[in-house]
Amino acid sequence: MSDLSQTVLSVRNLQVSFRGGDGLVRVVHGVDFDLKAGETLALVGESGSGKSVTSFALMRLLPDPPRSQISGHVSIGGVDLLALSDRDMEKMRGPRIAMIFQEPLTSLNPVHRIGDQIAEAIRFHRKMTRREIEARVLELLKLVGIPEPAKRMRAYPHELSGGMRQRVVIAIALALEPDVLIADEPTTALDVTVQAQILDLLRELQTRTGMAMLFITHDFGVVAEVADRVMVMYSGRIVEEGALDDVLARPRMPYTRGLLASVPRLETAGLDTGPLGTIEGFVPSPNALPPGCSFAPRCAFAQEGLCTSAMPELAAHGQPHHPVRCVRAADPALCADLQELQP
Amino acid sequence: MTRLKPLIETLGLSKHFAVRQGLLGRATGAVRAVDEVNLRIHRGEVVGLVGESGSGKSTLGRVMMMAEPPSSGSVIYDGYDIAASTPRQLHPFRRKMQMVFQDPYSSLNPRMTVEDSLTMPLRFHQPEMSARARRDKAAEVLESVGLSRSTITRYPHEFSGGQRQRIGIARALMVDPEFIMADEPVSALDVSVQAQVLNLFSEIRTRLGLTLLFVTHDLAVVGHIADRVAVMYLGQIMEIAPTRALFAAPAHPYTETLLSAAPDPVLGRNRKRIVMKGEPPSPMNPPSGCVFRTRCPYAVTACAQARPLLVERAPGHATACIRDDITLTPAVRDTPKLQAHA
Ligand SMILES: Nc1ncnc2c1ncn2[C@@H]1O[C@H](COP(=O)(O)OP(=O)(O)OP(=O)(O)O)[C@@H](O)[C@H]1O
Ligand SMILES: Nc1ncnc2c1ncn2[C@@H]1O[C@H](COP(=O)(O)OP(=O)(O)OP(=O)(O)O)[C@@H](O)[C@H]1O
Ligand code: SF4
Ligand SMILES: [Mg+2]
Ligand SMILES: [Mg+2]
Repeated sequence: MSDLSQTVLSVRNLQVSFRGGDGLVRVVHGVDFDLKAGETLALVGESGSGKSVTSFALMRLLPDPPRSQISGHVSIGGVDLLALSDRDMEKMRGPRIAMIFQEPLTSLNPVHRIGDQIAEAIRFHRKMTRREIEARVLELLKLVGIPEPAKRMRAYPHELSGGMRQRVVIAIALALEPDVLIADEPTTALDVTVQAQILDLLRELQTRTGMAMLFITHDFGVVAEVADRVMVMYSGRIVEEGALDDVLARPRMPYTRGLLASVPRLETAGLDTGPLGTIEGFVPSPNALPPGCSFAPRCAFAQEGLCTSAMPELAAHGQPHHPVRCVRAADPALCADLQELQP
Repeated sequence: MTRLKPLIETLGLSKHFAVRQGLLGRATGAVRAVDEVNLRIHRGEVVGLVGESGSGKSTLGRVMMMAEPPSSGSVIYDGYDIAASTPRQLHPFRRKMQMVFQDPYSSLNPRMTVEDSLTMPLRFHQPEMSARARRDKAAEVLESVGLSRSTITRYPHEFSGGQRQRIGIARALMVDPEFIMADEPVSALDVSVQAQVLNLFSEIRTRLGLTLLFVTHDLAVVGHIADRVAVMYLGQIMEIAPTRALFAAPAHPYTETLLSAAPDPVLGRNRKRIVMKGEPPSPMNPPSGCVFRTRCPYAVTACAQARPLLVERAPGHATACIRDDITLTPAVRDTPKLQAHA
């Protein structure tokens, strides 16, 4: 098992742009984070905030230039993935970094048996005999909790339920025991009881293998179930980062607070709590970001000039382990309001 | 508790779909998508219908609206059996009952302006109304759902998901309905937008005195919006209760499982989850007796024998489970601090 305090993935100043009708548009603006072995880091944000683009960039699965442009550093074990040739990157995918996607059907080939698809993932990287590979496939299917694995390995994807298909996708991702697993909304398309099974499975596999997980979701409930640390993304930037309890119970960024206030809570189910909190306005389009803080036009605390003149840094403002991208984060007015949010 | 007259009630309502196979399309079986459902919704009430994918929520909603004919059973709307009505007799009821869908984009015609989409149902239900009056009404309703009057000349693709859902709601409101069936109306929306649309539902419900059947798979959403909640599994209602009671004192093992799996930012962290065993049964071949028994942690031999009746255990709180000797884990403790919905 790997050393749990060891940083396995390090991302520095990751930027991604796409070329479209109106030229080059940047959608990820300098993302930095470290991921340690055995740790689960959740990346949360609303639709279009840049979560998937970030994960695709880490996997080097974005369209080739000139259609997209990536810069920055993505290091695993001292190797910068962004500097690798396509061929060398291919060798990293699987044993070093692997990904599971939201919709299991799109990541499985409908015309191949699931056992063959898992075998394929192994064969590319390992010199093993057919027998050995088959044994490994069986072992993986068992590991991800597929009943009657010997029989099921001959099934086609459409013969399995959504939850079982997602288990197969996880088996493929784990086939080569990656150091880093990126899970991009892996349970969003599933029923809650199946989601609970898959989250349990991922947690158990993580304890066993010590892999690090970047878990992408828009659901704060799921974040609470899986994460050790949380990063909140807005308009292509990390706007807050911290330990799970700090971010969920003591959010600093007005955006994070707004989001959390808009989540209906089980605790108050059936009670008259009045309207849910909402955030006015819309997420800005990546090619029309407002000046200064991207959240300023929607922010109840925004101050003309202070917030709109320059992009705030992701900075400690008195809490080194809980940085936030808000110039008013240490302002007593903002902190007082936060107190009121606590039950 | 006072016995209110229901606005809409189903009696032994069933909908079966034939499953066909092979070139000749011979029926090889049937899915009982809705199986002998008795559900009663009072005037002014919001009833939430929850359950997992394929449990029959949409089908029940559609059959109640007479969007599809039932296989058997009746739907009583304000005293009339609309399931036994001719299309002509049904016509006035179609106005009173409206639907709102999950994906307003696919339910709005992309080539029609907002005005055309909104006034269409009026042309059908109130042909005597002038074009001018229809247009004024559309503008007024748009404003009441939080969109500006000027959006009336625009097309669906010019709107965000949340705005499109407002248009979907506005369209339903155009004909002054009494009853709205909303099928997963916030499921496709981001959380901050979902909150806006949920607030809009609460607001119109109070302002217009609407009766609502709110279909969703999201327990937290239903906990926020509904006065009572019905839980469906394999075409049947497993439990129905006042919302707080369902969360604070679930009486059906399936409800307990669902509650324990529902993600929540506060409760999510350190709670014991019940992980459901096995795989869902085939809807074409449901288990005998209690349909949940193959996955139920409390199943005993008797569960296989007969379908448990939906029995009232507390006022307004009914469950279809023979085990009345078990104590189930609630999602929340009952807190009298805040006031429960009337
Ligand atoms: N291939 C592409 N070409 C051009 N723009 C793209 C491309 N892929 C994504 N984008 C844009 O990048 C931004 C971020 O998209 P991304 O898919 O990362 O969002 P997300 O946070 O994953 O959202 P969701 O929750 O909906 O999955 C969006 O504005 C999107 O339109
Ligand atoms: N037109 C149809 N023909 C055949 N079977 C159908 C039809 N419509 C629904 N079914 C089946 O009836 C059952 C109930 O489906 P329904 O769509 O009502 O479920 P639901 O609870 O709304 O699910 P979801 O959460 O996925 O929307 C499912 O087994 C489904 O496959
Ligand atoms: S920087 Fe200003 S506008 Fe941005 S979130 Fe903070 S207070 Fe609001
Ligand atoms: Mg995404
Ligand atoms: Mg449905």
